Amino acid sequence: MNMIEAINSAMDIMLERDPNTVVMGEDVGFFGGVFRATAGLQKKHGKTRVFDTPINECGIIGVAVGMGAYGLRPVPEIQFADYIYPGLDQLVSEAARLRYRSANDFICPMTVRTPFGGGIFGGQTHSQSPESIMTHICGVKTVIPSNPYDAKGLLIAAIEDNDPVVFLEPKRIYNGPFSGYYDRPVEPWSKHDASAVPEDYYRIELGKAATVRAGEAVTVLAYGTMVHVAKTVIEEMGVDAEILDLRTLLPLDIDAIETSVKKTGRCLIIHEATRTSGFGAELAALVQERCFYHLEAPVERVTGFDTPYPHSLEWAYFPGPVRIATALEKIMKD
Amino acid sequence: MPETHRRPASNLPPLSLHIPEPRYRPGDTPDFGDIDVPAVEATPRPGEATKPDAMRDMCYGLVRVLDFDGQAKGAWDPKLSAERLRAMLRYMMLVRAFDDRMFRAQRQGKTSFYMKCTGEEATSVASTMAIDRADMCFPSYRQQGILIARDYPLIQMMNQIYSNRGDHLLGRQLPIMYSAPEHGFFSVSGNLATQYPQAVGWAMASASKGDSRIATVWCGEGSSAEGDFHSALTFATVYNAPVIFNVVNNQWAISSFSGFAGGERTTFAARAVGYGIAGLRVDGNDPLAVYAATQWAADRARTNNGPTLIEHFTYRAEGHSTSDDPSAYRAAQEASAWPFGDPIARMKQHLIALGEWDDAQHDALRAELDDLVKTTQKQSEKLGILGHGMHQPFETMFEDVFEQMPWHLKEQCDQMLAEQEKKFGPNWKPE
Repeated sequence: MNMIEAINSAMDIMLERDPNTVVMGEDVGFFGGVFRATAGLQKKHGKTRVFDTPINECGIIGVAVGMGAYGLRPVPEIQFADYIYPGLDQLVSEAARLRYRSANDFICPMTVRTPFGGGIFGGQTHSQSPESIMTHICGVKTVIPSNPYDAKGLLIAAIEDNDPVVFLEPKRIYNGPFSGYYDRPVEPWSKHDASAVPEDYYRIELGKAATVRAGEAVTVLAYGTMVHVAKTVIEEMGVDAEILDLRTLLPLDIDAIETSVKKTGRCLIIHEATRTSGFGAELAALVQERCFYHLEAPVERVTGFDTPYPHSLEWAYFPGPVRIATALEKIMKD
Repeated sequence: MPETHRRPASNLPPLSLHIPEPRYRPGDTPDFGDIDVPAVEATPRPGEATKPDAMRDMCYGLVRVLDFDGQAKGAWDPKLSAERLRAMLRYMMLVRAFDDRMFRAQRQGKTSFYMKCTGEEATSVASTMAIDRADMCFPSYRQQGILIARDYPLIQMMNQIYSNRGDHLLGRQLPIMYSAPEHGFFSVSGNLATQYPQAVGWAMASASKGDSRIATVWCGEGSSAEGDFHSALTFATVYNAPVIFNVVNNQWAISSFSGFAGGERTTFAARAVGYGIAGLRVDGNDPLAVYAATQWAADRARTNNGPTLIEHFTYRAEGHSTSDDPSAYRAAQEASAWPFGDPIARMKQHLIALGEWDDAQHDALRAELDDLVKTTQKQSEKLGILGHGMHQPFETMFEDVFEQMPWHLKEQCDQMLAEQEKKFGPNWKPE
């Protein structure tokens, strides 16, 4: 399966297993979503379980809060993560706080799915990476898969979770891993181990990182598309790096990070989102707090730039192989 | 100014910007003589299945039942039993007694904040009494009448107001932001109109499950300007959700009069027209009209005829909250000049006109309710008041952010407990 099919399979299984699961969002019903993530689900599970919504993100998330309070398990789709902002108040002030402010009277077991990130010529409003904003909200979990197998297992766990989860889908790798070289052909997921996705139910616990590649020389912290770009660069450079795919940014697998950085003594953080106040800043602070006496070089960040996502200069913005290689050389120098 | 923003030279008249201004300010003598007060019999009662476009006039008229002589008349008379009418009066009087005492408690420094609903008691009490006990209410902050009309324990309301050790919400919420799921009362948010789409979602869920329960939701006319309000109406009309939207038009949003929410141009009930939703404009100081309109809307929702928007045309007789000074921005006599009177006085007058009540009974009931509130207050204050010690275990600060506490919150909790131990010693207990 590719990542889209894996995500589709997760929702299909949850619609089948739990009569309270509902899938909703712009174009998700009859049409099956602009990325086809919900294709076939309405036909199979019916119009009251999988349905289209008005173009109104505040309404989509707000209505989902009410559905969750009733006892449903809504899985709203925001068509692009860039459009989550009109619904952000319902996420920040309502969904995230409901359990706390009502002392468990009401909960909000919703999973907001949304494609994020660049690399598809989506311009300023179809390319953003809002994960650090999500992790700054108290009461929301943030999950980002990097391959089909994880996407399915994590999405099932997210839907079953009794807290609100933002499930950010790296759309650049929906159909295959991305090496970071935009001018090279993209290989499909079918040539990749992680495409061996079981048809049946399985789940991957939220809050656990995966070791993509073991190594001794440097720890690379990445998630989503950047896992694959990092892997390409590291293999090309022949660096003995350990790559951790964080998979869940909140709750974060701090033990895995600490263990790895203490072992390697070096840490490179990669994300596509803008640099200032990005999630890399949080990671760097945590590594510094917990591993300072084990570090042999300053923690480095490779990120997108602090500009709106450009359309025509997309590949100059994207943290690609050159930017990662330069940072790795710098961090490995001493 | 950039060159491109300059007005081109022409002989066109200059445009002017309109800034709404209320008709009366402090020192003015208000005169509401121009407000249309239609005769009680003037407003027809359409069938509950009537299509919204066939009842647009209802958005501009006024549903009334009680005339100013206390007689119930016209097509909207819900013809309630005397027992039910007395229950309604009792609940409204209890809300007022509760408000008065809690307002005073705030002034005595026993809590941080309070919001009265004086003059608006009918909009929550009568409305709640007209729906089913199992229906879900999504209140704003001025609907204490819902809890009272559903016999929620007064002491629990007070414990929440005092954030004391009996506070079911563990001192996390501002006073009056109650939560009571077993009484069909959704957790109150401080952000305005956010409950509107949530109520629609709840109603949609109920419909999709083949349930028979409906949702009702309240906001003020000021917060009908919020995007959430319009999101909610869009979703409700799209999915024909079984929901009742209440807009309590009490004329003032803190110091902004209703004109700043668009009230100069049309009625708030007329918001329904653009969405193809049934709209009713109701005399919000007439408990029977509020009851009848809500019952109409509930029957409509329950028979899959869709949502209704009810504008309760009323007046906020008190300040917005204990932090507000209305004498700074509005004419002093506005409340008394309001042409629709006081809902409790009108209910009393009606029961007396029916021969089912008298002044002595009324005074006795008022004394009984004052005493009930006072006794309950004493019990609640034994559990603590805000600012006099800390009433909740410290670690409750970190609980319920998530179902299970993640490592980072555990670490922060430990840090805070260590700080508190330094301050108070190891044997500190909540007061």
